[in-house]
Amino acid sequence: MNKLAMPKIDRKLTSKKIEIVKGLKKIIKAENVLDHEDQLRPFETDALSAYKQKPLIAVFPENTEEVSKILAFCNRERIKVVPRGSGTGLSGGALPLADCVLLCLGKFNKILEVDYKNRCVVAQPGVTNLSITQAVEEKGFYYAPDPSSQIACSIGGNVAENSGGVHSLKYGTTTNNLLGVEVVFMDGTISRLGGKTYDSEGYDLLGLITGSEGLLCVITEVTVKILKKPQSVKAALIGFPSIEDGGKCVSEIIASGIIPSGMEMMDKALIHATDNFVKAGYPRDAESMLIVELDGAEIEVEELIEKVSEIAKKNKSSSIKISKNEKQRLKFWAGRKAAFPACGDMAPDYYCMDGTIPRGKLAEVLKEIGRLSKKYNLPVANAFHAGDGNLHPLIMYDANEKNALEKTEKFGADILKYCVKVGGVLTGEHGVGVEKRELMCEMFNNNDIQQQIKIKKALDASSLLNPGKVYPILRKCAEEGRVHVHRGKTKFPDIPRF
Amino acid sequence: MSIEEKQNSPTFQDSDSTEYPKNEKEVSSFIKKFYKSGIPVELVGSGSKKKMGKPLQCAKTLNLSKLNGIIEYLPEELYIKVKAATPIKEIEEELKKNKQQLAFEPIDFGFLLNGKSDYGTAGGQVSCNISGSRRFKVGSVRDHVLGFRGVNGRGEIIKSGGVVVKNVTGYDLSKLICGSYGTLAALTEITFKVLPAPDESKTLVIHNQKLEFAADLLYRSISSSSDISGAIYLPNEPKVAGCVMDIEKTFKLNDLKNNGSITAIRIEGSKNSIDQRFKNLSNELKVANFDISILETIQSEIFWNKIKTLELFSSTKNNILRIVIPPSECVNLVYQLSNKFKYYFDWGGALMWMEAFELSEEMFESIRKKIIKLGGYVTMIKNSDYLPYVEEVFTINRDRFNITQNIKKSFDPKRILNASKMYTGI
Repeated sequence: MNKLAMPKIDRKLTSKKIEIVKGLKKIIKAENVLDHEDQLRPFETDALSAYKQKPLIAVFPENTEEVSKILAFCNRERIKVVPRGSGTGLSGGALPLADCVLLCLGKFNKILEVDYKNRCVVAQPGVTNLSITQAVEEKGFYYAPDPSSQIACSIGGNVAENSGGVHSLKYGTTTNNLLGVEVVFMDGTISRLGGKTYDSEGYDLLGLITGSEGLLCVITEVTVKILKKPQSVKAALIGFPSIEDGGKCVSEIIASGIIPSGMEMMDKALIHATDNFVKAGYPRDAESMLIVELDGAEIEVEELIEKVSEIAKKNKSSSIKISKNEKQRLKFWAGRKAAFPACGDMAPDYYCMDGTIPRGKLAEVLKEIGRLSKKYNLPVANAFHAGDGNLHPLIMYDANEKNALEKTEKFGADILKYCVKVGGVLTGEHGVGVEKRELMCEMFNNNDIQQQIKIKKALDASSLLNPGKVYPILRKCAEEGRVHVHRGKTKFPDIPRF
Repeated sequence: MSIEEKQNSPTFQDSDSTEYPKNEKEVSSFIKKFYKSGIPVELVGSGSKKKMGKPLQCAKTLNLSKLNGIIEYLPEELYIKVKAATPIKEIEEELKKNKQQLAFEPIDFGFLLNGKSDYGTAGGQVSCNISGSRRFKVGSVRDHVLGFRGVNGRGEIIKSGGVVVKNVTGYDLSKLICGSYGTLAALTEITFKVLPAPDESKTLVIHNQKLEFAADLLYRSISSSSDISGAIYLPNEPKVAGCVMDIEKTFKLNDLKNNGSITAIRIEGSKNSIDQRFKNLSNELKVANFDISILETIQSEIFWNKIKTLELFSSTKNNILRIVIPPSECVNLVYQLSNKFKYYFDWGGALMWMEAFELSEEMFESIRKKIIKLGGYVTMIKNSDYLPYVEEVFTINRDRFNITQNIKKSFDPKRILNASKMYTGI
């Protein structure tokens, strides 16, 4: 495993493990406290599996009061807490610490209320993203954000990471579809933020905790907005002889005033990988491919598909296929949704990056990724939420090769640095976690980061909730005696520090 | 007077000394200076919404109106970056050239608060986070702020967000500053997400419906797949002699019949799309059974513009309340109110604007209690001669107050920025 600087292990605490377990078993059922090494192994990592660390103890509370008592107990005893939903996060946000209590929300798995009158669903955080749509689709409603992991990822995790999906340009990410939450702060205070109303008065705490990666509070209930399904949805599958042509087509579609419900781009490597994997009927001769999905009134969709086809032709498209029915539309998507497993089929390991860039910079960034791929001698396949500028390069490597992960991470860091350089950001929807922590200084200066850390302290005074994530483990922080940097070695050592 | 007393006093004033920083750096150095000496400062853009929130009379005023101008506008990237005190009018005019818009429909509080149209500045709109009729479809102001720069209460220049819609790099402070009424930072730069403006607009008006039935029509319209972008109920009852709200007087349009209450539903988009959706919706609502008016683009736009400018209340001397509730509770709310008032519902029943006649603080608090019970909140937007001051303009509970106080301290530890504009002690 790669070395990763994490907050210093509190040996005094780990030596008190038996007492802590006893204390926790007084709060929740004994069977919901796991402390044996073998029991803890399944929880040693999330979907960023390059990093593994077993927690000290894992707990499975069954209701909000239990969460509150656990947090109050840990706050009192100065025990670090790492919250975990389904463990599908790609940035190591749920990576345990050796001296932490891993707070698993897996038992919070019920949909509490479907409220059509107010067009919302109230669910516990462990409910999967997809089951929200499934709960309301009989009446023709759905929940808009649809990350590719939607069959497995939890709605609580979606709030923590502000997950998006392929429809974010038109329908927004989690933050734009969330009405309210119940949360527990580190001191055990239970709070309701928002509710069934649009917006809430005062500081937008709901907006603040969305995407806060489990650093500010633990989410115990979620209220999300549901939408009526559009009358008609169609998708176009368009091949291009070059990445530049595909990129230009994307910009021109948006510039013409069309907001597609989804617009995805893949490069040749991924077209082949996914087509081999699910036989989606993709244009294998194309250098890049777009899936453009349009929804709305039937006549509108027809008009827009026509307009998109014209723009595509103008941009030298080599093939255009329009979905004839729902089955075919879903088939178009099947390949894209299988991008990750398809890459898993091509190489022993892959590493998924997540930068966002202004759409117009696409060709430039992909060219740079190609150059870096040669430099590092690692193949890369590119999936791109072209509509909203969110880029997912998938770097393929073999973890068994010496230094392969280090090399891959360096490649990844170079890509993200380039994203920032062209006016983009480090992460669109996967979160910073431990993965991009040290890159934060690429985007933010000392003032920016200190302001964010002050907010963290305003809500979690002793920094016990998910420490070591999102913010760089800096010399400055180390001086505060909170963290330890392994022999001066952190991830991405070439990044400028404070 | 101690600083603490000055911050909490609604009447204290040292002098009328106003500073006009020319750029972000100057904003920073002024605030650094005020921070050092603990001088409370009021932040002002164009002053259009100065009367909202609790009254302030600080030792210093920082007038940010010189931070004015569009920095970068990339229509194909769907964003516009502006200096914080750029007038909303100027931004909208620039966007119009590319058939784009701020989709959250900025509200014009000018008529209501100062007697003439004034949309104010970008920073003002963001600080108040009050959105127009399209809210239920496109989100509010906070959903359209991609990033910002500003100066916190220590005088430090801070930034958050960027120019892209998908971004989870660090806490989303862009949300936090929306609706913070200048109590966290002096905004210097804002990046808005922009969207294509619809080609056309069409409004279906159903006349003379009682509240219960109108609420059901609005609910069915929003829950249909016709993708509507406005849903409003303008009743002509109750009749209150001291109130100015008069729908017949305000809504005089050629194609609008004059027949009792108005239930209006807006559909926007391309012509063919509107026609198809309009037809579907008309069938779903069985409008053949009703007395209806249909407003095509020009009149439809005039109609909704009158909502955006709060024209119904334009010359009122009464208190104006803004009430947000779960939409299912709108009928319930009206039945529970016992004071003298006129009202209308926007956002399909989720937003009530109320003109309250001879309101007392006790009545206001009693209204607030009922609203909180229904899961909503109320803001006092405009004071009157009867009730020139209320202690709690905004709604908050103890838990939230504590969190709010901690957040405030993290930005502005000496509480010098718009102190007590929102709540005493914040």
